Amino acid sequence: MRWGVLQFPGSCDERDALHACSLIGEARLVWHEERDLDGFDAIVVPGGFSYGDYLRAGAIARFSPAMEAVAELAAAGRPVLGICNGFQVLCEADLLPGALLRNESLRFICRQLDLVADGPNPVDIRPESARRRGGVLSIPAKHGEGRYWAPAAMLDAIEANGQVAYRYAPGQNPNGSVHDIAGVTNEAGNVLGLMPHPEHAVDAMTGSTDGLKVFERMAAVAA
Amino acid sequence: MTVETAKHRELGLTDAEYELIVEKLGREPNDVELAMFSLLWSEHCAYKHSRKLLRRLPTEGERVVMGPGENAGAVDIGCGYAVAFKVESHNHPSAVEPFEGAATGVGGILRDVFALGARPIAILDSLRFGELGSARSRYLLDGAVRGIGHYGNSIGVPTVGGEIYFERPYEHNCLVNAMCVGLARTEEMVRAAASGVGNAVVLMGASTGRDGIGGASVLASAELGDADAAKRPTVQIGDPFEESKLLECCLELLGKGLLVSLQDLGAAGLTSSAGEMASAGGVGIDLDVARVPLREGDMEPFEIMVSESQERMLAVVEPAKVGEVLALCEKWQTGAAGIGVVTDSGRIRVLRDGALVGEMPVEALVDGCPLYDLDPVEPDGWLYGNTATLDSAASAEETLLALLASPSVASKRWAFEQYDSVVGSRTARRPESADAAVLAIPEADNAIAISIDGNGRRVACDPYAGTVEAVLECAQNLACVGAEPLGLTNCLNFGNPEKPAPAWQLDRAVSGLAEACEALGVPVVGGNVSLYNEGPEGPIYPTPVVGMVGELPDPFQVAGSAFVRDGDAIGLVGPFRPSLAGSELAKLRGELAPGLPKPDIAAVAAACATVRKAVRAGVLSSAHDVSDGGLACALAEAAIGGGLGCKVDLAPLLDRGLTPDEALFGEGLGGFLLSGKGEVLESLGGLLLGQVGGGEMDIETGDDTFEVDLEGAARAWRSLPDALERRS
Repeated sequence: MRWGVLQFPGSCDERDALHACSLIGEARLVWHEERDLDGFDAIVVPGGFSYGDYLRAGAIARFSPAMEAVAELAAAGRPVLGICNGFQVLCEADLLPGALLRNESLRFICRQLDLVADGPNPVDIRPESARRRGGVLSIPAKHGEGRYWAPAAMLDAIEANGQVAYRYAPGQNPNGSVHDIAGVTNEAGNVLGLMPHPEHAVDAMTGSTDGLKVFERMAAVAA
Repeated sequence: MTVETAKHRELGLTDAEYELIVEKLGREPNDVELAMFSLLWSEHCAYKHSRKLLRRLPTEGERVVMGPGENAGAVDIGCGYAVAFKVESHNHPSAVEPFEGAATGVGGILRDVFALGARPIAILDSLRFGELGSARSRYLLDGAVRGIGHYGNSIGVPTVGGEIYFERPYEHNCLVNAMCVGLARTEEMVRAAASGVGNAVVLMGASTGRDGIGGASVLASAELGDADAAKRPTVQIGDPFEESKLLECCLELLGKGLLVSLQDLGAAGLTSSAGEMASAGGVGIDLDVARVPLREGDMEPFEIMVSESQERMLAVVEPAKVGEVLALCEKWQTGAAGIGVVTDSGRIRVLRDGALVGEMPVEALVDGCPLYDLDPVEPDGWLYGNTATLDSAASAEETLLALLASPSVASKRWAFEQYDSVVGSRTARRPESADAAVLAIPEADNAIAISIDGNGRRVACDPYAGTVEAVLECAQNLACVGAEPLGLTNCLNFGNPEKPAPAWQLDRAVSGLAEACEALGVPVVGGNVSLYNEGPEGPIYPTPVVGMVGELPDPFQVAGSAFVRDGDAIGLVGPFRPSLAGSELAKLRGELAPGLPKPDIAAVAAACATVRKAVRAGVLSSAHDVSDGGLACALAEAAIGGGLGCKVDLAPLLDRGLTPDEALFGEGLGGFLLSGKGEVLESLGGLLLGQVGGGEMDIETGDDTFEVDLEGAARAWRSLPDALERRS
């Protein structure tokens, strides 16, 4: 299992994502100017503030050479996980539906949250243990622009297709996301965007290992 | 009076200082030279009113890797690794423009740490504002918290701890102190000293603009007043994205051994960084301002030399490696330009397109500023006024709820949830879950704990005892997570040292700091002094902020501060002799007055060792030190945090001669509130007070008993957001 973790100027969580990936495979950082990603079985677009989030979160990163290659891999069906800023980048790149807006509170929020896995999902890259409806993962979220939004028709389609991968547990929606959505997949199900951070939940010492399951399951899908 | 003498006064130099400059140069300084001298001879850069006092501090120890004089201090944590850390103030910029002031405060302290070659792994902050009833205080709090979050979150360094106090004397002059901790391989660390005649001087990072001109002298070294709005242009603007690229670039350059030395550009910009690098290396530096990348093309040489534009670093590079350095800067999309050369002249020479526009001996510029003795006089009585907000006839239950809701005691979740506390995957204990932040260091197979503390009100009551308390409070916090102190940094926030009362406070506080550090065997490895913190209504509370770093063997083996098990015994360990003097309750009752009990440093240090050992042995369920609001508030915090009530009887404290008020709400050093097995707590010499359990706090003080339901206590303790919103 070979993981590529993108690194843009302004990325923050790429080393943590690299560590999480390396717990279950080989992993290396992919500089944003690299074009050839053929050697990777799965790609993580990590959190942070790519290019300073200038213009709009993810708006510049989507044009990077590495993202062009990610789009090709995604089209070929390989798993792509976007976390936080990575989710924003994947939405900007039209690899995922919808958009992430500023939190309803207009404040950055950092908090451990419960995520409820939703389903069904065509190609399920959600963790085994959380697969059945109601499975719960404890994972930290930290973002200023994490309010998921999509136009009504798109939202209906996402729901109908089972593309909502995770919702915030009842009463825990930290940002005002529509339908409590914390993560969505593309229609094919191989691209997942997740606002909370599974890479920060891979060690009991820092509070939870639930995030590891997200990476494990992606590895299983890629294999 | 000549034109020149008027100008030097505007720039903050005294007539005598100006004459000394003329004497050292052998002529009148030109505009460039005068601007440079005025900044490096400011209090902020020269420490001219504090340097003599600071000589009292113990700075040496077996574990010290770098001490005062470097960009930050550093201590050895084993396995070839060191942690570098420093706390620094950005008070006056924050009082004028809180968001950018606080943001650039964080940016500046980060640069101090990665200038050593250490990767920043944690930020903590210590904030002081006026009471929340004031719209100005709410504005400053909101802006400062947003600013800290904006910078720290964006650059990917977790903010893992801190403290906030609200007191009237900070109304006009808020305090924003930021601390950064970094991790480095000891052998890869660099110093700031320039060396190697002929080596290139490379300016990296952002371009240079007019922002922050005169910040160190105009803002940081004078009292605040009505004309502060006009000083806004002297506040720097931060860009964490620039700093993020600069940070990664510098660490990669250092990792590849491409730099001889590195220094950040902070207060006084190029002037201080070039001056200090030359001074530390005993060399000279020639700089050509025409080669400095500018934001505005028409900048004068003096403006370029003193600009405080953020996100810049100055490096000394061997000529053969300059190409490689510039290429790496290109990779990270960060600016870089060779702007000068190291010389053997012992002089800073400023050129513009090769033509000399300023020249001065390094020694005169950096070390020539006269150092002043203070003229301390103990003030006669309490300087800061008293306002009662709680009736002294209030019941114990009402008093407890009022204390829990007092913004200085209340939960600061509203603030710390705006900070990323988890990036880096080291944070073993997040804010509020334990008395100190705990970060795992797998590289050295151990962990570090960090605490920051300084209760200005208590220091105002007794500058010596209050400062001793700040040091020991940090030590107690570290003990609660099983950590042993390794080193200390501090930021001395005081009023105008040229006035007798602030001078006395500063003098006594430094003595307290020195004696506490000496007794604990903890070296002071770095620090910062922020003087002239006064508004129209007078000086701030004297506020020495202490940041302490310790080590512990196992981040898993850390006691939290909250109760965890129904039926656990509750015990009080340590030489706790609380009094109402200087307490939060005395404040609410409007009974503040000079004087604190004399601290017994040795007894507290011994109790810290006892608790540390017990935590490391894993025999305690929880450990929390008794601090603001006294034992009753400590009990409430442990109960609310764990969602478990308690039933306690404080008779053992009354038997020691304490009144119920003192036992419940009195403050003082040396109290550890522990839970666990009764026999364990007794073996630690603890007083058994009761048991964990139930849905309420049931507290008996002799003949009186009162109950507070946990929900009501939690509502009071978590009322900070309401206090902010109700009024805004």
